[in-house]
Amino acid sequence: MTSSQAQASPNQTPQVTASPDWVRKPVARGPAIRLVVDGVTVTAFEGESVGVALAAAGRLVLRHSPGLGAPRGMFCLMGVCQECAVDIDGAMLPSCMTPARDGMRVTTDALTRRRDAGSPRKTAE
Amino acid sequence: MTAPVRSVDIAVLGAGPAGAEAAIAAREAGLTVAIIDESPRAGGQVWRAPFYRPSESDIRKSPDLAAGERMRARLANSGAETLFGHRLWFAAPSLTLSTVSADGPHWLSARAFVIATGTTECVVPVPGVTLPGVVGLAATTILLKAHGVVPGGRVLVAGVGPLLYAVAAGILESGGRVAAVVDLSRPLEWVAALPALATRPDLLRRGLGWATSLRRAGVALRFGHTVTAIAGETGVTSARIAPVDADWHPVGPGEAIDVSCVAIGHGLTPATETARLVGVPHVYQATRGGFVPRMCADRATALPGVYIAGDCAGISGAAAAELSGRLAGLRAAHDLGALTADRFERLARPVRARLRRAETFGNAISRLMTVRPGLARAIPDETIVCRCEEVTRATIDRAARAGAEDVNQLKSTTRCGMGPCQGRMCAETAGQLVAMARAGSRAEAGQWTARAPLRPLTVSELVGAYEYDDIPKITPLPG
Repeated sequence: MTSSQAQASPNQTPQVTASPDWVRKPVARGPAIRLVVDGVTVTAFEGESVGVALAAAGRLVLRHSPGLGAPRGMFCLMGVCQECAVDIDGAMLPSCMTPARDGMRVTTDALTRRRDAGSPRKTAE
Repeated sequence: MTAPVRSVDIAVLGAGPAGAEAAIAAREAGLTVAIIDESPRAGGQVWRAPFYRPSESDIRKSPDLAAGERMRARLANSGAETLFGHRLWFAAPSLTLSTVSADGPHWLSARAFVIATGTTECVVPVPGVTLPGVVGLAATTILLKAHGVVPGGRVLVAGVGPLLYAVAAGILESGGRVAAVVDLSRPLEWVAALPALATRPDLLRRGLGWATSLRRAGVALRFGHTVTAIAGETGVTSARIAPVDADWHPVGPGEAIDVSCVAIGHGLTPATETARLVGVPHVYQATRGGFVPRMCADRATALPGVYIAGDCAGISGAAAAELSGRLAGLRAAHDLGALTADRFERLARPVRARLRRAETFGNAISRLMTVRPGLARAIPDETIVCRCEEVTRATIDRAARAGAEDVNQLKSTTRCGMGPCQGRMCAETAGQLVAMARAGSRAEAGQWTARAPLRPLTVSELVGAYEYDDIPKITPLPG
């Protein structure tokens, strides 16, 4: 997937980090902060939701469905569908409703990872 | 325990236009009020607070943002206690409310409870709708308005109602690209709604402004069309669109378009789970968005102390929500003895009149957006209807034909509606499919029984931090 917006607004302005997919408009954002997502540092802005920060960093796949293992991402953005639930500092929370704070540790696909780590049946497949 | 039960006169659930007005009206009558919302700030979805500090020119350009900022200021000055970032997970019929927030569990005991939970967006599933990069229409407005983020690449905007044009115009204005707008309604259906729409010339003007900017940008507007499938591996790469018949069933194979995001929505349905949990009876009214609570005069219900305001009592729009919220707050204050009958009448009469006018507009939009059965009929057998539990249409049909008479029997036999969203995403479609398979009505297919917890929560969130001495013990200790 290409994005003309990403090319049109290169990373000269520190306020706007362009992503390959979802693009931040130039509005007066709060201070830039850092999230650690699956061990990788991602730039976000204080107060935007974790889910949106992940999307703007090109992370649209947040988990895999428990049965079919199909990719899932943020869908309703209002805390209803729970599709965007990720592990944030040890708690499973809808990332679309959780304001980003500096230093938050985010683990995507947390339930699948936990199950895969603990389930002998899964490793036998 | 660490958090004892606190008491207030009135608890309000939901800090959108309806809840905020209810809280303000009750405060003006001198009562203590706590207003609860999952979001970090007031505004609800229609006036969702931006996470950034909007500039004066941002506010001038957006009527919704301006209305939201005014409301947030009034609520802040009202003296209502705000419990934001609180997820309500249980509401006992005694009006003891249980919430969790980042700092643990909370309990609130209220003499009156105003429910203003708004709506859930309805999306009738098509193959591929669960792919990352497919988002709700209402979700896209939140993305644009509250986060200042625009989906990249080519966005297909599809579904029904004025939100289509608001979202498409918003994407263009934000520098994004719209592949096409795919509207289930036909131009003549929009024309038929005009007399009612003309009662709100401001909103009609906004709508025409959106249409103009889309035409100028050369965006393809496909009326009487629907999305029939979305394709991609880990994200969206294309979508298929086709014309629909009068019942909204797609006709023919249609055409595929390259897109990288799909914003899709099929109207709003009242978020009734809290009202159902406390025991308010509901009735089915398709043109008001689905099941709606049975209401008494001035937003009261058959349950003493329980009032319902805004779109969660039937879709009527933001203007009506504000007024019905005010009415609910006044009525609750009257019933608690804070307003005399005379004073209540004087305050309520002009609100009732304005509410009736506002509802004319809201109800016309709601009728235009009423989902027709062809959409659900067209869902292929292998398509997932319940996103959480991955229950397909074929499984639902089989259960219904095998004897599941309503959505609760469907849930028991298939787990449809039993996942983390608690059936909020698939309720309408599951109900339609059960009704169709049994040749019955949507009303007969019923609603899920509301169950606590209303939102997913962990036992540790519920227990919170506690000391040994907090645990109740029998004294003297046995032995």
